[in-house]
Amino acid sequence: MTSACSSTLDFAGSPINQALTPERKIELYSQMVRIRQFESTSLKYYQGGKMGGFLHLYIGQEAVAVGTISLGGADDHFITAYRDHGHALAVGMGMNECMAEMYGKQTGCSKGKGGSMHFFAPDKNFWGGHGIVGGQTPLGLGLAYGLKYLGREGCCLCYLGDGAINQGAFHESLNIASLFGIPVVYVIENNGYSMGTSQERSSAYNGCLAQRAEAYAIEWDVIDGSNLYEVRAKTHIAMERARKEHKPTVLEIDTYRYYGHSVADSKHKGGYRTPEEIENYKQNHDPIAVFKRLLMAEGVLTDALADQIKAAAKTEAAAAAKFADESPTPTIADISTDVYWESDHQTPASKIGHHFFND
Amino acid sequence: MSRILTYREALREGLDEELARDPNVVIMGEEVAQYNGAYKVTEGLWNKWGDKRIVDTPISEAGFIGMGIGASMLGIRPVMELMFWSFHSVAFDQLVSNAACVRYMSGGLCNCPIVVRGPANGGTGVGATHSHIPEGLFAAFPGLKVCAPATPADAKGLIKAAIRDNDPVYVMENTLLYGNTGEVPDPADGDFVIPLGLADLKREGADVSLIAHGRSVIHALAAAETLQAEHGINCEVLDLRSIRPLDVDAILKTVKKTNRVVLVDESKPFGGVSAMVAMLIQEHAFDDLDAPIKRVCSIDAPAIYSPHIEHEQLPNPRRIVDKVLTFA
Repeated sequence: MTSACSSTLDFAGSPINQALTPERKIELYSQMVRIRQFESTSLKYYQGGKMGGFLHLYIGQEAVAVGTISLGGADDHFITAYRDHGHALAVGMGMNECMAEMYGKQTGCSKGKGGSMHFFAPDKNFWGGHGIVGGQTPLGLGLAYGLKYLGREGCCLCYLGDGAINQGAFHESLNIASLFGIPVVYVIENNGYSMGTSQERSSAYNGCLAQRAEAYAIEWDVIDGSNLYEVRAKTHIAMERARKEHKPTVLEIDTYRYYGHSVADSKHKGGYRTPEEIENYKQNHDPIAVFKRLLMAEGVLTDALADQIKAAAKTEAAAAAKFADESPTPTIADISTDVYWESDHQTPASKIGHHFFND
Repeated sequence: MSRILTYREALREGLDEELARDPNVVIMGEEVAQYNGAYKVTEGLWNKWGDKRIVDTPISEAGFIGMGIGASMLGIRPVMELMFWSFHSVAFDQLVSNAACVRYMSGGLCNCPIVVRGPANGGTGVGATHSHIPEGLFAAFPGLKVCAPATPADAKGLIKAAIRDNDPVYVMENTLLYGNTGEVPDPADGDFVIPLGLADLKREGADVSLIAHGRSVIHALAAAETLQAEHGINCEVLDLRSIRPLDVDAILKTVKKTNRVVLVDESKPFGGVSAMVAMLIQEHAFDDLDAPIKRVCSIDAPAIYSPHIEHEQLPNPRRIVDKVLTFA
């Protein structure tokens, strides 16, 4: 894994972080804690048989979503892959709708039609939640293209994992982003493993993964993802470059996931990763613990308040699980809605010809 | 008043009118702007509309088709040209996992009003890689719409309907039809739009129904003339025009009228459009059939190159005539 230790630099003093009020700092801390508690609760009920499919946990990576999304303005947009719970909560989606989606309930953010990998909230500028590795990278390009086309001063943050950087769609997107001057920021969340294959065994590179951007004449940077201040300070520069200069950036944010690629990945501990490696990250690089130490040193946070925030998040997640459990399931009729816009809106066009071909 | 236009000119006129009608319509693709289009469908549009509306892309189908899908979610209405629909395979994930599924997976929150258009045909001596005919393939994905115009008027009317539709519409054209001419209503007489999902009876008849789409319609009409003149068989020709949505009522109506049907389809036989149409007929009009449903499809092999024989792999008037005569 590329070392991105920047502890000698004072990112807390960056103007973008200086501008944070104590209240906002507590809010960002709380968001990370909420994500972790939400996911811990998800894991509990996934293992209890309440959910289907996969569960890709974000625990350990919280500062990436919270730090980057905290920089978003009215015209900044976000899109990610299947490890999407953290981004969803960071953009302001509620725990209830997210939990209910995983439970496959009507009250889920996608009415139970998308599942864990496919959360969406266009009203919060969040465009998914995409299941195919790298498949979202051209979509992020397109959202940013749309912003430029419409004359809005905004950008799109498009997240991908370190395993996705070898997909052709990503390289095609980088070429077009640079060629057309598209305000997109690609954020590689490098947790070191593409499923069970380490970075060294899956990618060829000079120095670091983000350096590949040089081939496309794109600016790049590497960020320590355990430090929320650093995430914000460096991502802010990339977003400003996109908004003001219509230039893309590739950011590589080094981070770590405590759990497997998905919960079905039983080899993540003691298989392709040593228990010592996981423990080292938890002890020394945990983004919540790091930010807690910083805020306590600043006199913004106390142990008592931290405990209170954690307890509240745990209660909120438990309530979300109860909400999800008690919500109604989709009906057979629901299977056939949300396929075509024209059909759902009963437009004249939807009444001409057969759109569905059932037995 | 109508004018005589080529299929290519009719498409261009439809594109031009929609560019004028909606500032969010943008045309993108390989060589569509400065080169005036590989098949000249977009000729002159870059000169008229400029860089913002007519955009040359690199040869990068997954990248630019995906970009169009992402932009469409934000309200842009991209009309993407595939130089050949055969190139769908390098953008397949974008075309099916993203365009077809994003509305569903988001519980109806996302919307994808994109058009992907270009030629999808065999018969031009370019071999198997450039001769795929994927209308049946894409019509098999709920969330997508597919149409295949056969005449200049249909080409104009359908491309305009496709652009205005709020769902992804894949328009399958044909390089061998681009130069064909036909009457197209004058824009001065009003907005000319042909809705998706509406078939067109191109020839009335009483004895046998020929059901086709795209260039196969032209072959079916030629075969119908031969059958009338040389064999006294009066064929009806139904042009599906739209594959999904599909005008099932028109299909059943002609079958109930003639009681004999030959499906003409440039797809390969396995799972092609005609396979679906045959299923619908047997399901809903079985008792109206006086004979088994017959088909004229492309011969079941990858597209052959040889110009000496390629036309025999595809549906053609002779093969249709021969097939109709097997009813006797």
